[in-house]
Amino acid sequence: MQFPESWLRSLVNPALDTAQLAHTVTMAGLEVEALTPAAPPFNNVVVAEILSAEKHPDADRLRVCQVDVGEASPVTIVCGAPNAAAGLKVPCARPGARLPGIEIKVAKVRGVESFGMLCSTKELGLEGAADGLMVLDADAPVGEDFRSWLNLDDTLITLKLTPNRADCLSMQGLAREIGAITGAEVRLPQIGGVAERIQDAVPVQVAAADACPLYLGRVVRGINAQATTPRWMAERLERSGIRPLLAPVDITNYVLLELGQPMHAFALSRLNGGIEVRLARPGETLELLNGQTAELAPDMLVIADANGPVALAGIMGGLPTSVERVTVDVMLEAAFFAPAAIAGRARRLGLSTDSSHRFERGVDFGATRQAMERATQLLLDICGGQAGPITEAAAALPRREPITLRLARLTRVAGVELGADEVVRGLAALGAQVERQDDRLIVTPPSFRFDLAIEEDLIEEAVRLFGYDNIPAQPPAAPSRMLPQDETLLADDSLRHMLVDLDYQEVITYSFVDPAWETALDPTARPLPLANPLASQLSAMRTTLWAGLLETLRHNLNRQQARVRIFELGRVYRSQTEQPMKLGGLAYGDVLPEQWGAAARRVDFFDLKGDLERLFGHALDTRRGAHPALHPGQCAEVWADGRVIGWIGALHPRLVQTFDLPAVPVLFELDSQVLAQRSLPRHATLSRFPLVRRDLAFVLDAHTPVGELLAVLREPAADWVRSIDVFDDYRGKGMAENQKSLAIRVVMQDTERTLTDQEVEDAVQKLVDAALRQCNASLRA
Amino acid sequence: MRNPNEIVADALAAIQACPDLPTLEQVKAAYLGKSGQLTELLKSLGAMPAEERKTAGARINEAKQAVEAALKTRRDALQQAELDRQLAAETLDVTLPGRGAGRGGLHPVSKTLSRIQALFRSIGFEVATGPEIETDFYNFTALNIPEDHPARAMHDTFYLQSGELLRTHTSPVQVRHMETHQPPLRIIAPGRVYRCDSDVTHTPMFHQIEGLWVDESVSFADLKGVLADFMRNFFERDDLPVRFRPSFFPFTEPSAEMDIGCVMCGGEGCRVCSHTGWLEVLGCGMVHPNVFKHVNIDTERYVGFAFGLGVERLAMLRYGVDDLRLFFENDLRFLKQFN
Repeated sequence: MQFPESWLRSLVNPALDTAQLAHTVTMAGLEVEALTPAAPPFNNVVVAEILSAEKHPDADRLRVCQVDVGEASPVTIVCGAPNAAAGLKVPCARPGARLPGIEIKVAKVRGVESFGMLCSTKELGLEGAADGLMVLDADAPVGEDFRSWLNLDDTLITLKLTPNRADCLSMQGLAREIGAITGAEVRLPQIGGVAERIQDAVPVQVAAADACPLYLGRVVRGINAQATTPRWMAERLERSGIRPLLAPVDITNYVLLELGQPMHAFALSRLNGGIEVRLARPGETLELLNGQTAELAPDMLVIADANGPVALAGIMGGLPTSVERVTVDVMLEAAFFAPAAIAGRARRLGLSTDSSHRFERGVDFGATRQAMERATQLLLDICGGQAGPITEAAAALPRREPITLRLARLTRVAGVELGADEVVRGLAALGAQVERQDDRLIVTPPSFRFDLAIEEDLIEEAVRLFGYDNIPAQPPAAPSRMLPQDETLLADDSLRHMLVDLDYQEVITYSFVDPAWETALDPTARPLPLANPLASQLSAMRTTLWAGLLETLRHNLNRQQARVRIFELGRVYRSQTEQPMKLGGLAYGDVLPEQWGAAARRVDFFDLKGDLERLFGHALDTRRGAHPALHPGQCAEVWADGRVIGWIGALHPRLVQTFDLPAVPVLFELDSQVLAQRSLPRHATLSRFPLVRRDLAFVLDAHTPVGELLAVLREPAADWVRSIDVFDDYRGKGMAENQKSLAIRVVMQDTERTLTDQEVEDAVQKLVDAALRQCNASLRA
Repeated sequence: MRNPNEIVADALAAIQACPDLPTLEQVKAAYLGKSGQLTELLKSLGAMPAEERKTAGARINEAKQAVEAALKTRRDALQQAELDRQLAAETLDVTLPGRGAGRGGLHPVSKTLSRIQALFRSIGFEVATGPEIETDFYNFTALNIPEDHPARAMHDTFYLQSGELLRTHTSPVQVRHMETHQPPLRIIAPGRVYRCDSDVTHTPMFHQIEGLWVDESVSFADLKGVLADFMRNFFERDDLPVRFRPSFFPFTEPSAEMDIGCVMCGGEGCRVCSHTGWLEVLGCGMVHPNVFKHVNIDTERYVGFAFGLGVERLAMLRYGVDDLRLFFENDLRFLKQFN
């Protein structure tokens, strides 16, 4: 909300300068968002009248003017403006004046001495047409200081009001509030009744009394709609951000700003029969003032005549019944529409009006009649005409029930005692009726406060008036209890740090992605679509972290990064109840940063697998798998707890092409919950007996996975067989086509005794038999 | 008998001339070996008369000692020279960079989240989480924001086609936590939140940390104490000015906005603080009784305060980042500045 400081000060004028006032108001919860001068600084400019304008003897485009500046004799000013003419009233900068960017001095212009400058709006830094001199009203007082005549030493105050403070959406409300905060005297406009000169009235019927408990109408006949809006009113409207249009409309807008009561004026001749306030009927439409035709929903309240809706109640009037320049008779409307009956409707129609903004938050139903009288009086004063009686249709208005405020509760919530007398004074200053009963206050809020209904509401008001800054900031006292630390659960942060140590850079990508990427990565993916996405590439919830990682890869490749190793820890989204946390990673480019001491090599599947093994702290249970996004020959399922918990693999060559990547990235994604689970270490006795190693070389089919052979070997092993691991995978020379040789190291050691040769030989033979039987693997000769 | 002095003179000359250890060993053998010159001389003592033998023996021993001393000196010198040669040969250019894998880094938002969590954990706040796809009930209704309430216009909500929504704040975690836990409660809830808004100062996704403290005796003064303490520790500035202004959130009452003195200009006024000297950093307040009612917490017995702060905003101020959008572009050149 924006308004001129001068208007506010005409109603309440605390002994504070502009900055102090802004601070005080901000600290009371009405945040001042901006303070803007009404005009840039300039001085020594007066209202002047051009008495004569003669062509300059030595210049075609210049004129020599005799100008009345309010002194005994006119002054000579040379002027280049094309519209300079005798009889015009214009701003004149006197010698010594400082304007934005220039200083005015007596100077000779082509041989003629000029004593000042006649000004355009642009030269004064004001808004308006820049062409030629700024032309002032004919009644402008010659010689008067230009700034004070136009009241330019004013500040536009912009407030950022919270939705609970509807009562501050008017000058009257603000004045009241600032009076309560500062203790300054409040001088509200005195509004009396207007004499009824005619008996004309439009009958009003309210069919939706809950939505519209009060409707006032009044006919005013014989107005001159083309009358000029007085300068003081136009200035206040403009400085509040409303453009003056037509006097009757300006008047209703002025009352809205002054008293907070949205009003409407109908052209009486366009109304057909009586007024009915009712809900819209199915299929009804209304052409609004802004030219838009609204399709009315059955929960929208309308003002209708015999032909149908003429206004969208509390939101906007209809175009066909609006006041025009030729309008002579009007019907003024002032009503109270319940917030619940207005809220959300304007937004649904893509509208936000000054009226709906106020009605949604709550308009003072105790001042509706006052507003009608005020608007009528202004209309009669400015446009003439004769007013009829006020027609009222009234039902049950909201009640303001007394609220109990316990002083002990106030102290408990605030953390400090506020002083009962001060609280009583403050609440009364806000317009509430306050009655003290021992340790409690019985408070009845005023009609303009829609946000005071329970004890906490009053606690907030009391603390607010006391000043949040006056409440001490104290470190709370609480019992010291340690927080649980689950040693078998790795914190997310630990996982992140481990990946960082493995040379991965953390990224955070958007949770919404391009659904085309999702389905390219997995044609069976059904990413949840957003109903109102910002853009198509952010229109569905991700089902994998890979799209974001690949997008990040592309972004960085486009910025000449050749090596990208990134990870993200975040959720993927399957439904409201299923949003699992995943850890995803991508490595692209060289395995090591470019360096003198190690040969360059591109990262591959096993580099990533090794990284994950370091992450898990043990060997991974990986099995050959098939994922649509991954290379069919370089793709593994990661198993844990008897299920697939993720994938590792090289991006499928088809997708490498789709995403236009110069080389192949390797990716992983894992269920981070499983990854975080660790077992608590358990000590086992160390053996003091000798350790026996046996190396076995098996020849077997090249397609048999190592994992399969190891599983077979580990299966029948005695518990003193400590480990069975592969240490070489050989193919090629000396081997038959389709065969490979795997070197396996078996380590044996018992904790209780030395193993006998026979035991060792038996154990090895058992392994060899199993390998032959189950994997068709024979010992290499 | 040959004069031992002459032998010594020869030996010393030969030792001095030795270029390396093997040659030195040969020289040693030539003088002190089984049939070395001094050994031979010693052997000849037996043939001498007893009275000469004593003095001759003494002279030979002196000679032997002289040669041994010379040998040792030369050996030490040669060994030292050998070591020097080896060390010179093995000398590295230690200014070459080290070898091996690099090290990544945390995202600045992650760093900031960790830092905030660590500070709150240090005074007993536990971390709680909740879903990002939320229901209207948890995101709005349970937080005292009924349908069509103007406060909903403050949240530009993303909806799923299924009717659910992306949480607009981390506050729903409060409700979910209070549904399943009994007071006293002290939690923070970090996470992603979403608003349908994108321009220079808004990204459609950002991070918040929600805080909640419910106990029999917590007050607005405690709220101020905790948050002032937090900001001063987060920015490591004991003299950081803070102020609290009345504001409005449907789920707290009284509600407040917290400002800190601008950390960019020290309160002098700059572009970042819109020349006010103050930065709005979080919203907070005492838990509204309607929120407690939704989760069956006795409002007479318990009081609580809650706050919600924007993580990116704090990260920007802490690290001097001037463009919010940088956080989600994931340009490695940007991210590596925080490693």
